[in-house]
Amino acid sequence: MQFWVIQTLNSFALGGLLFLLSSGFSLIFGLMRVPNLAHGAFFMLGAYVGVSTMGQVGGNFWLGVLGGGLGVAVLGGLLERFILRRLAGNEQGQVLVTLGFAFIIADMCLVAWGGDPIPVPAPSYVNRPLFFAGLAFPTYRFVVLGVAIAMAVILHIVMDRTRLGAMIRAGVDDMQMARGIGIRVSRLFTIVFCLGAALAGAGGVLGGPITSAYPGLDSDMLPLALVVVILGGVGSLLGAFVGSFAIGFIYNFGIALFPDLAYVILFLPMVLVLVWRPQGLFGRMLR
Amino acid sequence: MSRTLATVAALGVALAALPWLLGNDFYVNLSSQILIYALFALSINLLSGYAGLTSLGHAAYFGGAAYACAWLINRAGFDQASAAVAAVLFGTALAAVFGVLSLRASGLGFLMITLALGQIVWGIAYRWVELTGGDNGMRLGARPAPLGVDISRPLPFYYFTAVVLGIALYCLWRLARSPFGASLRGTRDQPRRMRMLGHHVWLVQWIAFVMSGFWASIAGVLFVYYNQFVSPITLSLQQSAEVLLMSILGGAGTLAGPIVGAIVITLVKNVVSSYLDRWNTLLGVIFVVSVIFMPDGIVPGSLRLWRRLTGAASPKGAAKTP
Repeated sequence: MQFWVIQTLNSFALGGLLFLLSSGFSLIFGLMRVPNLAHGAFFMLGAYVGVSTMGQVGGNFWLGVLGGGLGVAVLGGLLERFILRRLAGNEQGQVLVTLGFAFIIADMCLVAWGGDPIPVPAPSYVNRPLFFAGLAFPTYRFVVLGVAIAMAVILHIVMDRTRLGAMIRAGVDDMQMARGIGIRVSRLFTIVFCLGAALAGAGGVLGGPITSAYPGLDSDMLPLALVVVILGGVGSLLGAFVGSFAIGFIYNFGIALFPDLAYVILFLPMVLVLVWRPQGLFGRMLR
Repeated sequence: MSRTLATVAALGVALAALPWLLGNDFYVNLSSQILIYALFALSINLLSGYAGLTSLGHAAYFGGAAYACAWLINRAGFDQASAAVAAVLFGTALAAVFGVLSLRASGLGFLMITLALGQIVWGIAYRWVELTGGDNGMRLGARPAPLGVDISRPLPFYYFTAVVLGIALYCLWRLARSPFGASLRGTRDQPRRMRMLGHHVWLVQWIAFVMSGFWASIAGVLFVYYNQFVSPITLSLQQSAEVLLMSILGGAGTLAGPIVGAIVITLVKNVVSSYLDRWNTLLGVIFVVSVIFMPDGIVPGSLRLWRRLTGAASPKGAAKTP
């Protein structure tokens, strides 16, 4: 019983992390038509920057999350503004550049923080388990889940209720028309790219107490984000949400029950979706 | 025609004479490595160059065949010849299945799916320790002796690789000039018009995918013969990215491009690795720089320059209207 409770909570927490990672990925892909292959590296960089920030500010966890998110957002903004912007219209070139930056960021993290995993301390007040009905619940998992859900609600409100959200949705649906009616789509690119990078970076810090910061975290997370977006559909917040928790459960229980086969199990939902609904559960056609 | 023949003869003589010029075993081995990567880059070029489908999971077929070859000999007791055939069949079959899945999308969706599939294969090799030996990889006891020729020494192995590459080049050259090659380029440039003309665009692309997987598998088997060892790195995203970079850097959609790319990248990698540890950073920088400053690669870029210098008009303007 304890095993199932813990694994269920772990799955929810992983799903929450995946949502922070893949919602930005999905929005960037939806709007800019570019799968940002540096997104896994953003996640890892966020974790490293966050843990260093915590060291600087006396161990305040939330300042670390803020630092990781802001730091990566600035980097993402520079990348978009000065590199990707030069290649406007050349989507394949843009993807290859993001891939190049994924390698550079990962290697520079190795130089700066070394090859050993760095543990990220959770806030002390959530470090002890909650006891309920004779079962122990790791409290920090609830925190991750709560933050992810709060973020989902905020993103939903921004996308659905604000002028900015309406402009982003217009850009995703039909960029030429959006340009035609006077929306400055290129500015939206920068905003969405920064937002996506910030979410990935903050997600990296938030996931830190569970995963710790280690070299290779980027290539562990990127395929998960890809599978989430293939499953949920490109440019759809709801798709990213549902996909994240589905993959969170599948991957986590896969690792717990069949550690050798976790990646094979990940393969199955992807195949099913590609065969039955290649545009993803909530998306439109991948282009 | 006679010019083509002369080029082929010159290339053949150069390839045959190269080991004498280099002398040293280290350089002969480096040349073999370049030839293997050239074949691998040619295989991905069939997709990314001629078909316009950028795959970021091509290490799956290369490494998959390499793993299959080592596994069949070590664990299943196959002899060398049947293991090689079965390994190439395995890599090609993998490409056939992945092709069906990836071609459900086009453009960057295709790229994303190939990347995810490639990472899953990498994850299996890395995590399924019982099957693959995990991070420790798998050793191959000895190189085979094709037609009774011993290729365990560097020089014979180099010639063996050169012969295989020569056969592959001939096949790919014929393919590029065949009606199928023409329809493949057609599906890249004008998929809608091709469909209207009655071509089965999906089928043409899928066949190109499978052929690409076939040549990547051959390169993979050569690779495991060369190293007599295979590990998850062979299946990694870095490997897929390297080979894609070779085909793009040299010039996608030409036969010479991927070879030039393989020479440049393999040399840079070997030279840099002996001085410093930051190959990944350099790989990323080359990616960024080549995309920004050399969008259509070394070979087309130099050809254009050559034509301008000699004052010849370009034979036909490559029309790229949507």
